[in-house]
Amino acid sequence: MNATPIRLVSPLRGLVDVYLQEMKIAVAQQIQYRAANYMYMLGMVAEPVVYLVVWQTVAAQQGGSVAGITAGQFAAYYIVWTLVRNINIVFTPYGWEERIREGRLSAQLLRPLFPIVEDLGFFLGWKPVVMLLWLPIAFFLALIFHPVLNPSPLAVAVFAVSLLGAYLIRSLNQSSLGLITFWTTRVGPVFQLYIAAELLLSGRLVPMQLMPAWVQTLANFLPFQWTFGFPIEALVGNLSTAQLLGGLLAQLFWIVIGSILVRVVWRFAVRRYSAVSG
Amino acid sequence: MPEPAIHVADLRKTFTVPVREGGFLAAVRSFVRRQHREVHAVSGVSFEIAPGEVVGFLGPNGAGKTTTLKMLSGLLYPTSGEVRVLGHVPSRREAAYLRQITMVMGNRNQLQWDLPALDSYELLRAIYRLHPDDFRKTRDEFIELLDLGDLVRKPVRNLSLGERMKVETAAALLHRPQVLFLDEPTIGLDVTMQKRIRSFVAEYNRRYGATVLLTSHYMADVQALCKRVIVIHHGRILFDGELATLAADFGADKTIAVTLKEGAPERIDFAPYGEVLGSEDGKVSIRVGRGRAPDVAGRLLHDLPVADLTIEDPPIEDVIESVFAGASAEAPERTPEPAATR
Repeated sequence: MNATPIRLVSPLRGLVDVYLQEMKIAVAQQIQYRAANYMYMLGMVAEPVVYLVVWQTVAAQQGGSVAGITAGQFAAYYIVWTLVRNINIVFTPYGWEERIREGRLSAQLLRPLFPIVEDLGFFLGWKPVVMLLWLPIAFFLALIFHPVLNPSPLAVAVFAVSLLGAYLIRSLNQSSLGLITFWTTRVGPVFQLYIAAELLLSGRLVPMQLMPAWVQTLANFLPFQWTFGFPIEALVGNLSTAQLLGGLLAQLFWIVIGSILVRVVWRFAVRRYSAVSG
Repeated sequence: MPEPAIHVADLRKTFTVPVREGGFLAAVRSFVRRQHREVHAVSGVSFEIAPGEVVGFLGPNGAGKTTTLKMLSGLLYPTSGEVRVLGHVPSRREAAYLRQITMVMGNRNQLQWDLPALDSYELLRAIYRLHPDDFRKTRDEFIELLDLGDLVRKPVRNLSLGERMKVETAAALLHRPQVLFLDEPTIGLDVTMQKRIRSFVAEYNRRYGATVLLTSHYMADVQALCKRVIVIHHGRILFDGELATLAADFGADKTIAVTLKEGAPERIDFAPYGEVLGSEDGKVSIRVGRGRAPDVAGRLLHDLPVADLTIEDPPIEDVIESVFAGASAEAPERTPEPAATR
């Protein structure tokens, strides 16, 4: 009998390894379905192009700008939007619903790893492929809509870091929402409410500076604008150094809040699952 | 005496499930006033399993087998009772515990559908924090034992059910667990594939001294792997002991197979000896009461020119069926009246 216990690597090395393997698997899947993914990305471009055409038309009718934003700046905003939106694709509450309903969560619960870590790694793995696929789309949109942007090196660096921040905040928020499925079975209505709030309070529908002052004040107390408006503005909005670094700190704050929220909800949710799941 | 690998004492699991009649009015009523009832899936189960033991966990659908396995693996929180597996309380779901167990559920897919199994194996290596050298050794050992060959290099979606179960089984054991909960591991597989999975489990148990608790509706699985069986029905244990004694305890009958010498009269009436089950190639099978078997065998040998005579226990499937049938006749109503409304 060979009963020699199997050796383990350190927890940190294990965690890094999980992220790397999840990313490798995500890249392999993306490449396998590259045509379908590209169609999906092209479909996603429709939303910002509609916003862009509307605002460029309004700007043209108002003498070239709306609230100080020119047609070229609108173009920059919404073209960068397409990248931020793709980076913001995360494991959705619908995924949680399906995972619980089909019993796949049981297999994950048997593993010595917090399932959200797997999701974070997997969707992070999509991003390099997404960025590559995005480049030609951005190129053609730029040819058509003539964006204007002059970011500083610091703005470019902050933009790059803020993409990761946006991804983490949105992942953690949506995981917390998804965990509601443990109680409600269906998560759709709650998720739709979340998306409505996100559209209005994140800069996804329109740049936040076009929103009424009270909406902007409200948005300051919520996480949404740090997932859309801030990363886009970091690159195209001529933000001051204080605004750029303050934005990153705000993202860090919401990542911490999101992590705590997921942990707390998970504790109750898994207890609920293990109490009722047949 | 070594500490048991699995210790279960008075384990119970009760589910509260919503109930309502069919129809529109009932739907409206349930909107205002929801009714629930309690379902006792497991009702006071106790047993112990020693390290390295392979035990069959038998029962009809809905008997409480899977619920018990889920409580042992930490997927379900018991309503009451005590469970310890390898010294851990499973419901705490500690990483150190999860690293020492596995649960194989037939027809459940945990591999990446679009990718070769090798990619999923690498992911499992990372999740279980396995040392790369040990992982490779185990993986290659399993590939050889299960005769996986190039199957691990094909996308999982291109594999047949049997092939997929083989790569799934290997995946579930890559971290070399000490306790295996196997819930219908061969369900839906053809006979050859069932044998392959069975021999793999037996070899794993032999090599690593793992404890195995197996549920299966295929008695061939149980007979090949388990000396001991636990029979559960309506959430209660009906039998816990050696498979060989199950037939002695519950098999009310024996089967006597008689082959007569050449030249014996062709038309012999066996009815006075017992219930004639059939006749094939000169061999006649007669069912007799267990207590009467020696007497009937003696009479057959005395009365007839017997070339060969064997006394056999009935097939294990028949014994199990009679256990369940007996229990069903005695069992109380399993699902009581609605216990609570909310």
